[in-house]
Amino acid sequence: MAARGPPRLSVLLPTYNERDNLPLVVWLLARTLGDSGIDFEIIIIDDGSPDGTQEVAQQLEKIYGSDKILLRPRAKKLGLGTAYIHGMKYATGNFIVIMDADLSHHPKFIPEFIRKQKEGNFDIVSGTRYKGNGGVYGWDLKRKLISRGANFLTQVLLRPGASDLTGSFRLYRKEVLEKLMEKCVSKGYVFQMEMIVRARQLGFTVGEVPISFVDRVYGESKLGGNEIVSFLKGLLTLFATT
Amino acid sequence: MTKLAQWLCGLALLGSAWAALALAPPGLQPPAPLRQALLPLPVYLLVAFGCYSLATVGYRLATFNDCEEAAAELQEHIKAARADLRRRGLNI
Repeated sequence: MAARGPPRLSVLLPTYNERDNLPLVVWLLARTLGDSGIDFEIIIIDDGSPDGTQEVAQQLEKIYGSDKILLRPRAKKLGLGTAYIHGMKYATGNFIVIMDADLSHHPKFIPEFIRKQKEGNFDIVSGTRYKGNGGVYGWDLKRKLISRGANFLTQVLLRPGASDLTGSFRLYRKEVLEKLMEKCVSKGYVFQMEMIVRARQLGFTVGEVPISFVDRVYGESKLGGNEIVSFLKGLLTLFATT
Repeated sequence: MTKLAQWLCGLALLGSAWAALALAPPGLQPPAPLRQALLPLPVYLLVAFGCYSLATVGYRLATFNDCEEAAAELQEHIKAARADLRRRGLNI
């Protein structure tokens, strides 16, 4: 695909109970993208958070303007995949950034994503914790072992051509993301994996940028047996069907 | 072709080649030293792959970057963000 004009970015922020982090993420996005001269909009998809996230989002809309902050909430918790689909309906950018709203992903990497995208005319740029000076803060040895072990298994079974398949900090061309959302059916970690696997199947190109993942939540939400089991089930499903 | 199909094809090919050579009737057998190495080969390869896996995961675990500066920088940014947002009228 030929490169188009200057990038206009739509950042999709699905939120659930992010009343404390949301203003910080938005501030960082506005600061980073503003300083880099990147044209952007932030689409906040809140799934009926009971903690007042939507009130905070409304205040942010007043502060930054409703051309920059788009509130597109939903009535209840409906899952990440559908949140992206919902948000994309309102996106007017030619590139879409998906990221976590809990500050584990720092907006400072977005200009690097854009640079990388231009460099290789990539359809997708994926933030990776496993290459270059990418990495993680806040994980103990056990968590790191599970992460590396799971990733190794994924590489052996799926040979995906991307080092970090479960990451969710990515830049997509809008039409590429639309195409992928039609085809992807999994949930959770596996959903992020399926996006990259399907992308490669469809001949889309994936570039990578090392990112740092600052996990401030890990202490409260440990990776449980359930998640590991569903990850394995999902991995085997992708192995058998793609 | 799915990855599973690729694996099955690959295993079928290697498996039949190995079986043909290792289980051949007396007239067509390869020389004795070759046969001695051939018979346990699948197990050897499995063990070798197991060792490779352990070594690779171990290495990657040991070299998994800890982003101390990123965490510290984030704290700074959070402070700055809160101060600026309060100034702009956000109730934090």
